[in-house]
Amino acid sequence: MSLLELDDVSVTYRIAAGEVPAVRGVSLTLDSGAALGVAGESGSGKSTLAMALLRLLPKDARVGGRILLDGDDVLTMKWGRMRAVRWAEASIVFQGAQHGLNPVRKIGDQIAEPLLVHGLAKPDAARKRVTELLEQVGLPAWRARSYPHELSGGQRQRVMIAMALACSPRLIIADEPTTALDVMVQAQVLSLIKELVAEQGISLIMISHDLSVLADVCDQLAVMYAGRVVEHGPSREVFHHAEHPYSKALAAAFPTVGDPVSRMAPKGLGGDPPDPMQLPGGCSFHPRCPVALEECATLDVELWPAGPGRTAACVHARADEEVS
Amino acid sequence: MTSVATARRRLALSRFWADFRRQRAGVVGLVILLVAVLLALVAPLFIDESVTSVVTGTGPKWAPPSLEYPFGTDESGRSILLMVWWGSRTSLLIGFLAALLSIVIGMVVGITAGHFRGWIGASLMRVTDWFLVLPSLVTAMVLAAILGGSTFTIIMAIGVTTWPTTARLIRAQTLAVEARPYIERSKALGAGHWHITTRHVLPNVAPLLLASTTLEVASAIVTESTLAFLGVSSNKTSWGTMLRGSYDWGAPTQGAWWYILIPGLAILAVVMAFMLAGRALEAVLNPQLRRAS
Amino acid sequence: MTAPLDAVEPAVQAAGSAEEPQARRGTLRYALSKAGGALFSIAMVIVGTFFVFRLLPGDPVRNLAQGRNMTPAQLDLERHRLGLDKPLIDQFFDFVGDTLRLDLGTSYEYKRPVLDLIGERLGPTLLLTGTGLVIAVSLGLWQGTHAGWRHGSRFDRFSTGASLVLWSVPTFWLGLLLMMVLGVGIGPIPGLFPFRGIESIDAPDGFAYVLDVASHMVLPCLTLVAVVYAQYLLVMRSSLLEEVSQDYVTVARAKGLRDDDVRKRHAVPNALLPTVTLVFMRIGFVVGGAVTVETIFTWPGLGQLFYEAVSVPDFTLMQGTFLLITVAVIVMNTLADVVYHMIDPRVRSA
Repeated sequence: MSLLELDDVSVTYRIAAGEVPAVRGVSLTLDSGAALGVAGESGSGKSTLAMALLRLLPKDARVGGRILLDGDDVLTMKWGRMRAVRWAEASIVFQGAQHGLNPVRKIGDQIAEPLLVHGLAKPDAARKRVTELLEQVGLPAWRARSYPHELSGGQRQRVMIAMALACSPRLIIADEPTTALDVMVQAQVLSLIKELVAEQGISLIMISHDLSVLADVCDQLAVMYAGRVVEHGPSREVFHHAEHPYSKALAAAFPTVGDPVSRMAPKGLGGDPPDPMQLPGGCSFHPRCPVALEECATLDVELWPAGPGRTAACVHARADEEVS
Repeated sequence: MTSVATARRRLALSRFWADFRRQRAGVVGLVILLVAVLLALVAPLFIDESVTSVVTGTGPKWAPPSLEYPFGTDESGRSILLMVWWGSRTSLLIGFLAALLSIVIGMVVGITAGHFRGWIGASLMRVTDWFLVLPSLVTAMVLAAILGGSTFTIIMAIGVTTWPTTARLIRAQTLAVEARPYIERSKALGAGHWHITTRHVLPNVAPLLLASTTLEVASAIVTESTLAFLGVSSNKTSWGTMLRGSYDWGAPTQGAWWYILIPGLAILAVVMAFMLAGRALEAVLNPQLRRAS
Repeated sequence: MTAPLDAVEPAVQAAGSAEEPQARRGTLRYALSKAGGALFSIAMVIVGTFFVFRLLPGDPVRNLAQGRNMTPAQLDLERHRLGLDKPLIDQFFDFVGDTLRLDLGTSYEYKRPVLDLIGERLGPTLLLTGTGLVIAVSLGLWQGTHAGWRHGSRFDRFSTGASLVLWSVPTFWLGLLLMMVLGVGIGPIPGLFPFRGIESIDAPDGFAYVLDVASHMVLPCLTLVAVVYAQYLLVMRSSLLEEVSQDYVTVARAKGLRDDDVRKRHAVPNALLPTVTLVFMRIGFVVGGAVTVETIFTWPGLGQLFYEAVSVPDFTLMQGTFLLITVAVIVMNTLADVVYHMIDPRVRSA
């Protein structure tokens, strides 16, 4: 059985001006021990989706569909059960480089906190566990007594990872874990995540706007645009041979270092992400799409099969499939 | 070049007005204070200073509100309504002028301290911090007591003790403006201190100054009434001196609630109006604040 | 309100690391520099007081004579008594020397040393402002926390609205209203609390005396609290609002903490430190309120003494009380600054 199953998940924010659909009918599954990457621009709904998994969205957000974690629907859980699931079964790695750590509390306390909250360890054992976790992420034990501002951005990100591992969860959600870090540190943090996840058999959902990073770490990739998954498949395939024009643009936006093709033909994407309150009809991507057809403005696109284990929400992809 | 800048500023102004109109409480405040100012200005057309004279008080003493005296009378038979109306002139005048003085000092010190970042700025901030620590009401009382009571003295006393907050605010804003790239460019083109502070910094801090002035008037009116109540007054009828009178003549024990309530409500209404307008201004000018409130 | 009990702290408490002594030395250096700054400020206050009281256009003796019949000879005598006939520089050194020896001169009105008068009045003032401050801080921070945490709720709108009204109300007017309603009583409703002085004329002994003083303190304290606490509420609320949108609060939720624990363990400690500092930085405002409140309710404290000095006017007394009040405010400010520096890890190493 799959560890996580999203079935037609939607998130709508209700604000004074009306309803803002942030996520529109996303269905994904994640097997135990697998790693799934979710890519998209800011505003594509990928972070909202991540927050919805543990019901961390603000009160003005309404979540629809089903989110099955180990067969249990997260959305209908009682609050007590929800709290028990949080961090113990699924934890989150935020952008620790910024404000993910409480500035006035020592790092050790923050790592130990979930252990104590969930009654998984007595204070003594928790302290030992903190030392162990810090070692796993490559930080000396005495760092437990430091405050977040005494650490560099990379070190803080390591602390975030140690914190996420504290309760030995089955799933880790990493939301832009390497944003705002130096390239070198970024690589270190990425390989650390990769290593720990593989070692401990933890499932991973990683969210980023950087397709190359995701392709490096994850087995499967889902590309989101305007609240929908527009392409899904094995990461190498999606990264190197994207079917959806948006995925292509996203893959091209981060040129592979040393690849002459991408250097000679830098590609970007014109235009801005659509206003979620005024989504264009038909395929929401058509106003920015370089290969849009006339029918794209009216046709209801959905995820069509686009090769073995792949789907894409584009008429071109469907056409290809039919031909082959 | 100039016309482009003017057009841009005019556009910004109209957008600002559109934003401000959406702040309901701010609009209510603005209307109230416009009415108050208008009433104070036209007062001489209907009444004169004699309404505050003890000698010409013709009504019954301590009369509760009636048709003839809508807000009752005081210990000398003067109409509370007319006195509040006439007194608004002093209260508002002192409020506006003291706030103006405070803002001008704060602006000059703030911009100077922000622009000259060396020892000039440092020592100016030192002085500002020193003034900031002084308990302002107590200091104002000392100043007013020594200088002797007159309208001018009270304005000085309030202005001199309340400018440091504005100075700090303006300095911070000046630093932010001067960090922008176009200041660098302007300097490279040979712009002097005067040009940079008056042409670039001032227009950018002006909206903030406006909001700050509005709030400052509110607190200056409260301070004036407090000073007057504590016996340090300009010897003219203001809302503060009226309340002082009510206290001196034992209005609380006489049960003359109107004598206490009416001047106080006048202060409260005007001060709240200024504050609502000022907060709305701040909210419009500072989107982060808007989100928070 | 106290800082939340930290259950995790002992878990990771460890013997001092190599860095700690250094941090402590940094704090000491900071405290010393702040103390130096405070001493400088106090010196400025002393110098400033001297010049304000002697050089400003109003002649203190002429002012003194206002409304009194004084012959030129009497005026000269008064000048001589105040030492105003000496050269300015001598006056200055006399003044500084006397002030440093805590000799604040003799009151014109009371014919007694100013320091003695201040000593007598200090107790009632500390009692009133201390009690008022404790109540105002706890109430303001508590209400501000809850308003900010549930911001946009009915409780929040009510709290914010009420504090904006209280902020606009002149202290003395609120005092008059309370005196009329709760002190004198209106119509058939009798007064509930005494509103003059600190004790009854026939004050009882023992515990009954404590009750007597407490009942006299109700109205002045209520007035002071009402005006001061509104500020604290607003500051705490906006401070907390800044914290609730931070990522670490979401992390705390994601860890499975209860909503109350997220607030108490994470958001409030962050919002509290700057707020409490601000509260003590603005202590001058409380002093102003104390002067007004003590005047209205004839509470025999420093504020009332200062008010008397201003209204007589008794310049020696005014000068002495002004110096004392100002120095006390500067000291409180500096203490708040240093304590904040010691407690808040964010600024400690900066």
